[in-house]
Amino acid sequence: MFKVRVIPCLDVKDGRVVKGVNFVDLRDAGDPVEAAIAYDAAGADELCFLDITATHENRGTMLDVVRRTAEACFMPLTVGGGVRTVDDIRTLLKSGADKVSINSAAVSRREFVKEAAEKFGDQCIVVAIDAKRVTRAGGSDRWEIFTHGGRKATGIDAIEYAQEVVSLGAGEILLTSMDRDGTRQGFDIPLTRAIADSIKVPVIASGGVGNLDHLVDGIRNGHATAVLAASIFHFGEFTIREAKEHMERAGLPMRLDP
Amino acid sequence: MSVAIIDYGSGNLHSAAKAFERAARSLETPDRIVVTRDPDVVFRADRIVLPGVGAFADCRKGLDALDGMVQAMTEAVRDKARPFFGICVGMQLMATRGKENVVTDGLNWIAGDVERITPRDESLKIPHMGWNTLDLLREHPVLERLPLGPKGRHAYFVHSYHLHAANEADVLARADYGGPVTAIVAKDTAIGTQFHPEKSQRFGLALIANFLKWKP
Repeated sequence: MFKVRVIPCLDVKDGRVVKGVNFVDLRDAGDPVEAAIAYDAAGADELCFLDITATHENRGTMLDVVRRTAEACFMPLTVGGGVRTVDDIRTLLKSGADKVSINSAAVSRREFVKEAAEKFGDQCIVVAIDAKRVTRAGGSDRWEIFTHGGRKATGIDAIEYAQEVVSLGAGEILLTSMDRDGTRQGFDIPLTRAIADSIKVPVIASGGVGNLDHLVDGIRNGHATAVLAASIFHFGEFTIREAKEHMERAGLPMRLDP
Repeated sequence: MSVAIIDYGSGNLHSAAKAFERAARSLETPDRIVVTRDPDVVFRADRIVLPGVGAFADCRKGLDALDGMVQAMTEAVRDKARPFFGICVGMQLMATRGKENVVTDGLNWIAGDVERITPRDESLKIPHMGWNTLDLLREHPVLERLPLGPKGRHAYFVHSYHLHAANEADVLARADYGGPVTAIVAKDTAIGTQFHPEKSQRFGLALIANFLKWKP
């Protein structure tokens, strides 16, 4: 039976995990590779690295992190952050990433998604969508795409954008609600459902997880096929196993291999 | 003993090589893992691995671009009965034809076409991306001591097409994704998995170790 995926996401800056990871005794809580190994052992279904390195010069450190992770972890790895060119994708995949996630580069130039998918195949091109609810004067609410960590509005409708990038070859959508990100109030369910129901590729729900019921909600009511969370796992609040067992008790099909 | 992993420009080469190296280290006499573009190295290898991600036609083109490679693989597997492991599109290439976007000839080791998966349940997403259990159709040394079935271990899949084998006897295991999806094929000394053993954590490494121990 096909299972729901639980994906921890690590923010990495200059080769170090932002804020560290405290869920297990690590020699170096700031080393993304050590954190990845621990999540692999804990039964995470995939792993996601988001490179928030600001300078181009330090981007090479991420490739080293990816390379060392791929040598030690035999699980699917998605890497995002600053992916702008076909060459960026090639070097990440060669270093050992299985999928790359494209964010603002796809917003500014949609054709990039097509070029990437044609070159490397749909299956490794994830488009990350950061969406925020916008109330228009006299109109109804809708979700729009925001870039630059949610600071910059683009005026692009999130549902239409999702459909467009899928038609161009995105194999998966990583959907983050900028209204919910960091709030611990749960996923934006109407947003997640609206996007998931309007496209044929898998949707990973992200942004706002504060408890394990939120994970269940993202799948059951948001119609996502995978859930992504960061802080609830990194700070030891819940283990991956606890999350999966909770979701299984709620009736979702989960992978609980030893 | 040497294991040749064929480098024909496929993206998952690094992961595949690392997983085979890790699995080899678990053996009493570890095999030497060689990543190669050289048909002679492939022809002389004790075991051959063909990884693959991307589109069928692109992968076939990449393989053909290595002068003499298809011939070396075919002779090693057919005439010298060397064990062969195809992964994902590497497994699909074992088929007669691929029908992804365009019709492309495969190696024709397993009679059948590579066709788009069409789940009955329309809410199921394409690609089939994630972890699924395997239903065993027949026993095989490479699957020894691996718990399969609905309560068994999971394998990691990412694909939109699968090998529709003409002879059921060539199919070792299936997954269910709104209908049967071919997960493992095997014929003579060749085996192929639609899923990625190099991404399937302990289960995948155990399966690779079984392949390395297999003496057909």
